[in-house]
Amino acid sequence: MITVTDLTKRYARHTAVDHISFDVHKGQIVGFLGPNGAGKTTTMRMLTCFLPPTSGAATVAGFDVLEQSLEVKKRIGYLPEMPPLYPEMRTVEYLQFVGSLKGLSKTELAKRIDYVCERCAILDVKDKLLGKLSKGYRQRVGLAQAIIHNPDVLILDEPTSGLDPKQINETRELIKSLAGDHTIILSTHILPEVEQTCEQVIIINKGKLVATDSVSNLQNRARGAESLLVEVGARKGLVDPAKVQSRLELISGVTRVHLKNKYDNRSVFEVESRKGLVRGDLARAVVEAGWDLNELRPAAVSLEEVFLQLTGDTAAAPAEEAAVTAGVK
Amino acid sequence: MRNVWIIFRKELRSYFSSPIAYLLLTMFAVVFGVFFWLILDQFVRTAMASQMRGQMYPMNVNEQVIAPLLHNVAVICNLFLIPLISMRLFAEEKRTGTIELLATSPVSDVEVILGKWLAAMALYGCMLLLTALSFIFVFKYGNPDWKPLAVGYLGLYLQAGALLAIGTFISSLTRNQIIAGALTFGACILLWIAGWVEYQGTSWARVVSYICVLTHYESFVKGVIASKDVVYYVSVIFLGLFLTARSMESLRWRS
Repeated sequence: MITVTDLTKRYARHTAVDHISFDVHKGQIVGFLGPNGAGKTTTMRMLTCFLPPTSGAATVAGFDVLEQSLEVKKRIGYLPEMPPLYPEMRTVEYLQFVGSLKGLSKTELAKRIDYVCERCAILDVKDKLLGKLSKGYRQRVGLAQAIIHNPDVLILDEPTSGLDPKQINETRELIKSLAGDHTIILSTHILPEVEQTCEQVIIINKGKLVATDSVSNLQNRARGAESLLVEVGARKGLVDPAKVQSRLELISGVTRVHLKNKYDNRSVFEVESRKGLVRGDLARAVVEAGWDLNELRPAAVSLEEVFLQLTGDTAAAPAEEAAVTAGVK
Repeated sequence: MRNVWIIFRKELRSYFSSPIAYLLLTMFAVVFGVFFWLILDQFVRTAMASQMRGQMYPMNVNEQVIAPLLHNVAVICNLFLIPLISMRLFAEEKRTGTIELLATSPVSDVEVILGKWLAAMALYGCMLLLTALSFIFVFKYGNPDWKPLAVGYLGLYLQAGALLAIGTFISSLTRNQIIAGALTFGACILLWIAGWVEYQGTSWARVVSYICVLTHYESFVKGVIASKDVVYYVSVIFLGLFLTARSMESLRWRS
């Protein structure tokens, strides 16, 4: 659906996007992830024909963003970081305006307005002035605007920024429910958002592509060895964490035991092991020693760690290189 | 064409759903009312004085009421109120980020520009409509010729179109309405006082004074449609809108 090859955007002093290439297939939700200033917005603006690329090419639904921009524009819905609302318009007026601008006929438009109002849960602000809406509603009207013409591709720039936790969840659910009909690219710097909503992640940092893979693959990649969280408590009196730690280390297959948290009568350990079934041995060891096993669960590797690993490495590499060359001299 | 109409409608609605349109119309109506009263009063006094002295000057409503009125509108109202009409056209879209919506919708820059400029022209047309109220009285109690008046209106409209085109261009340069308004105001004043160098009689003075928007209005006030003046206004309109299109395009390459 979207093909990007060697896309580059250079400004006078710096390169905002540097030779990025990726593909997005039909019906996918793709998370575009990167710290602030990584070039997410610039890339999205190039895909929506708002900015022309310096070099490289991008096609949306088979049309080139530079050569056939009118065709591309017909097929994308775009929600910029700041929802493009006219404060003096009412919600319905605004949707009518955007819909007709995207080329909908009058009868289609009426149907679509009813549909998007219901889908985005903005029925109760239909006749309100946009300038008077709360941030959550503004965002939803922005989303309604993006899907009014039933576009093939939806491009959402930080759709949940500035919302409260409840609204964030609602918006994520909404976006998830839109997948299937639409191919969606959403940018964010919030990692759990990608874990929750997206199937595919594209990570960029400082304008460069760092990784592109499915969410589960990326998590696996970082996990390597299995690690478990074990919470051990004492029935009577205090439990000595050092004692527990040395006991746990005795179990065959365990490579490392690390005390994570210590409370009055319980402590939490992170146990790393070679791939193998050590859970049973762990549980038995703890119980036989007379302690309580409060909790035993796999420590899920969050994308956060993957992200830090990936972006951290690229940041550290040049520094290391510099250190090496300095050492040679 | 359909897109131009969509933009036009939205823009006109924006004018009338915010206080801008009403404020401008009120200001214009008051100022025009004062002009009308002053000029009519002067006309009546002159008429009475000449009657008392027994010299029966032929008094002409067209020359002594309508022409100075139109001239005043051309100078004061056009130069002062037009920056207020045009300043928000693009500056506001850039400030609120809605320009991104327009730029990523399947409409061309030219359609957007034309729609906006025509909406500004329509608002100006509403202002001119208000003046019709006063002229009803002139026609009821006097017997003026309507043709010079119509030509005068045409000239006003052309002049407004030229200044609005320049204002549209300036509005596309900034995201700050005040800056757009002030710059347009400055441009209007320069285009007005450019005519003052004419007295020097040198060839460059003639060239500079030709740029003046007001010298080209003189013929319209007299009821003459001179092609060179029409060409002047139309070419300024084209220039303004063309520059706006270029500025919109450069926005994409720069921002």
